[in-house]
Amino acid sequence: MTCLNNHVKEKIKSIVGAKNFLDSVEDKLCYSYDATALYNQMPEAVVFPNDGEQISKILKLANEELFNVVPRGSGTGLSGGSIPVENSLVIVMTRWNKILEIDDRNLTATVQPGVITGQLQKEVEKLGLFYPPDPGSLNVCTIGGNVANNAGGLRGLKYGVTKNYVLGTEMILPNGELLKTGGKNYKDTAGYNLRDFIVGSEGTLGVITKILLKLIPVPSKFITLIAYFDKLSDSAKAVADIISAHITPSMLEFLDSTTINCVEDFTNIGLPRNADAILLLEVDGRGSAVDEDAEAIKKILKRDGASFVHSAESEGEASKLKSARRSAFSALARKRPTTILEDATVPRSELPVMIEKVMQASRKFDVTFGNFGHAGDGNLHPTCLTDERDNAEINRALKAFDFIFNEAIKLGGTITGEHGTGLSKKEFLELAVGIPAVDMMKKIKLSIDENNILNPGKIFSISPRCEGSLPLSRDQIKDYVS
Amino acid sequence: MTKQNSNNLLLSALPDDDVLSQCIHCGMCLATCPTYELTKLERSSPRGRLKMIKSVARGEMKISKIFAEEMNFCLDCQACETACPAGVKYGSIVEAARVVVEESGYGKLVSRFLKYIALKIIIPNKSLLKSTARLLRFYQRSGLQKFLHKSGIFKMIAPKLTEIDNLSPTVSSKFSDNHLEEKISSAVPTKYKTAFLTGCLMNVMFDEINSDTIDVLKALNCDIFIPKNQVCCGSLNEHNGDFETAKSLAKKNIDAFGQSDYDFLITNSSGCSAFMKEYGHILKDDPEYSGKAKIFSSKVKDIMEFLANVDIEKKLNILNDSVTYHDACHHVHTQKIFSEPRKVLQSIPELSFNELEESTWCCGSAGIYNITHYDDSMKFLERKMNNIMKTGSKIVLAANPGCISQLKYGAKKFHVDVEILHPVSFVKKSLNANK
Repeated sequence: MTCLNNHVKEKIKSIVGAKNFLDSVEDKLCYSYDATALYNQMPEAVVFPNDGEQISKILKLANEELFNVVPRGSGTGLSGGSIPVENSLVIVMTRWNKILEIDDRNLTATVQPGVITGQLQKEVEKLGLFYPPDPGSLNVCTIGGNVANNAGGLRGLKYGVTKNYVLGTEMILPNGELLKTGGKNYKDTAGYNLRDFIVGSEGTLGVITKILLKLIPVPSKFITLIAYFDKLSDSAKAVADIISAHITPSMLEFLDSTTINCVEDFTNIGLPRNADAILLLEVDGRGSAVDEDAEAIKKILKRDGASFVHSAESEGEASKLKSARRSAFSALARKRPTTILEDATVPRSELPVMIEKVMQASRKFDVTFGNFGHAGDGNLHPTCLTDERDNAEINRALKAFDFIFNEAIKLGGTITGEHGTGLSKKEFLELAVGIPAVDMMKKIKLSIDENNILNPGKIFSISPRCEGSLPLSRDQIKDYVS
Repeated sequence: MTKQNSNNLLLSALPDDDVLSQCIHCGMCLATCPTYELTKLERSSPRGRLKMIKSVARGEMKISKIFAEEMNFCLDCQACETACPAGVKYGSIVEAARVVVEESGYGKLVSRFLKYIALKIIIPNKSLLKSTARLLRFYQRSGLQKFLHKSGIFKMIAPKLTEIDNLSPTVSSKFSDNHLEEKISSAVPTKYKTAFLTGCLMNVMFDEINSDTIDVLKALNCDIFIPKNQVCCGSLNEHNGDFETAKSLAKKNIDAFGQSDYDFLITNSSGCSAFMKEYGHILKDDPEYSGKAKIFSSKVKDIMEFLANVDIEKKLNILNDSVTYHDACHHVHTQKIFSEPRKVLQSIPELSFNELEESTWCCGSAGIYNITHYDDSMKFLERKMNNIMKTGSKIVLAANPGCISQLKYGAKKFHVDVEILHPVSFVKKSLNANK
């Protein structure tokens, strides 16, 4: 196989300029990871392209020279989507960080893919507008990465996820062409809905270079509530009861006792160390409806056995509680050095069963779990607290996740709610979506990316196609391999 | 000794694998790191640096020029520690890595020489430090400085020398330890028994702030013990990897302050209070000093931390200035002091207190970073001065001598019309406002 050798590197350098090209061992090491546990691989080089034309040239070159290309934002993904593969060049998009337009007549924002999600939110909120998707890493992650993974967040329950806010995209296809999809029209039925198809494609179909987002008016009122529970099962019941009472909080988060203690170690905001679970909720909207919802929720929480219910007295207190929740995944690393975080998701009514299944997995495979997540939309984050240096334990952890994914699917759930399939869940994809679906995905991928050069091996693996007869004799194999 | 062995010995200075494995590279640090923000390169980020250190420690990667540059490009502001949910002790890890860089010979020659002279020779020796300061004072006041600047001789030697010379603070006309009594007793019944660290640079460069601190303590009816044989706290040595000198200075201070009984050891330099709170930790394996060090550390209080917890509110008089507050890294990130100075300042009647955007971002002073990395330092400073300008305040308060010098320089360089003061001086102004 052709390699990303010096000759090819020189060509890449001439496309992006020497100062935007890195291939020192230190730089390769520093782009060998994202936030996913257990996976890392060094690329052959890293580039920071300045414009779409450079990206197009790189992709064309990749098809000629047969090297792989892996697009990357801030590298905070949790399924390994931006981790380099063999013989690959990483394209880093973080310098594409301009908000190109905020259109307050059509309520849209046009952004470059490297814009930080939290910064976009701040900018639009200055104009009384709202971009709801808020992944835990919102202060760091990029919109491009959010679109590529169809990222969710705390507000998913009421406001949906990234796909609900993408009106259009521009991306460079693997053959170097520019593909534009969507536009400012709220309604658009011209042809296949390619726009939604790109959302969540995990950088396997093109390099996104521009995104048009939908904005909504910012809710004028928020009430943030926290409830402590002595029994975890009570908290799960409260979640189900709130949903079946036809109240839709903008946020309904759950944290178990392991998570509470790690988060409290980090934040020192007085979370109850002895509680079995806490729920963190927010209702938003306009006027008295918000108060009514909050009161109704408080009643349900108390009726279902909450030992303590409190509404945040200031915006400062509310934001402390929310950022404490956002730190949960990383705070769990206080216990053990490796935290394998997954996002198995089930229909909301099955949440109490799923929580029980995670505890069962923990007992059965003798591994520790911290459990938290977006209880309101059935999206759990069972996090295994382990140590990658201990092979035996890692094996048990992987078996525990195998069990969890299988149980989730049995409950009508899915293997990933918001992190994407990437590397870490691709072996479960067939189980989750079925063989015909995976086959269709592979056909689509190959019709767009003939040589499978763009982020190959993510979501699913495409086995190398053999042309002619298979080599059989020793000499033939030798020739084939060399 | 074989090369392999010497290499292993060198790497043994790095923390063990358990400590280095704590980072899960989630990236929550990226948004708070000034150097990553500047370059947008992973290698200039906390998690990138940790990944490199881990690879070097495991013998998977060699120490290199890039590795050395990145370790020293880091400001060691520790904003990433504040942001890190996993609790990675980044500061101490990068400080250990710097030791390895220095030993391996990859450090910059100029900065190594500067550090050697300043940290090994001058700072640990109080009388030498004062003599040096006197020389510098002569240089600054005799007209020699002006003459040399005008002559263009600096530009001939190195163009940046003029700028760096301008960065150094002016030597005080008096040195604190020369004019402050060793024991100051409260005129009325004593309310608090305190001791006071005059500091090394504070003593010779910022005597006014020391005097203001003493005046504030006096106004609060404190007994103040200022031992004559106290020495530099050792923080500068620690940050630059010279642990032995740091420990020996710590022991000298424990002995010096141990001569009297006090409840609070007050400092007005955030670097000093941060490090003296660590004496208990750095001497934990010393059979003679471990116990004493622990008690010593438990009494250390930064002046703003002390003021936030005493009865000062009623004594503060009206000031209708418009001020903003810059959080020194060693306050907010190392000691987690954030609300205390705000509480004190906001209880000054009629004061207009304006929050500074990115108040917890490093100003680029960072020890001697503004000398060793002048150009980068100025980029951080420019960002800080822009934020200061946006507040519209006329006074900027900062509780660290390094920040004060840097911000004064920034005000001049970027033409921002503000006065830079230590918050304790401002508190004194309020205490005296009625007189």
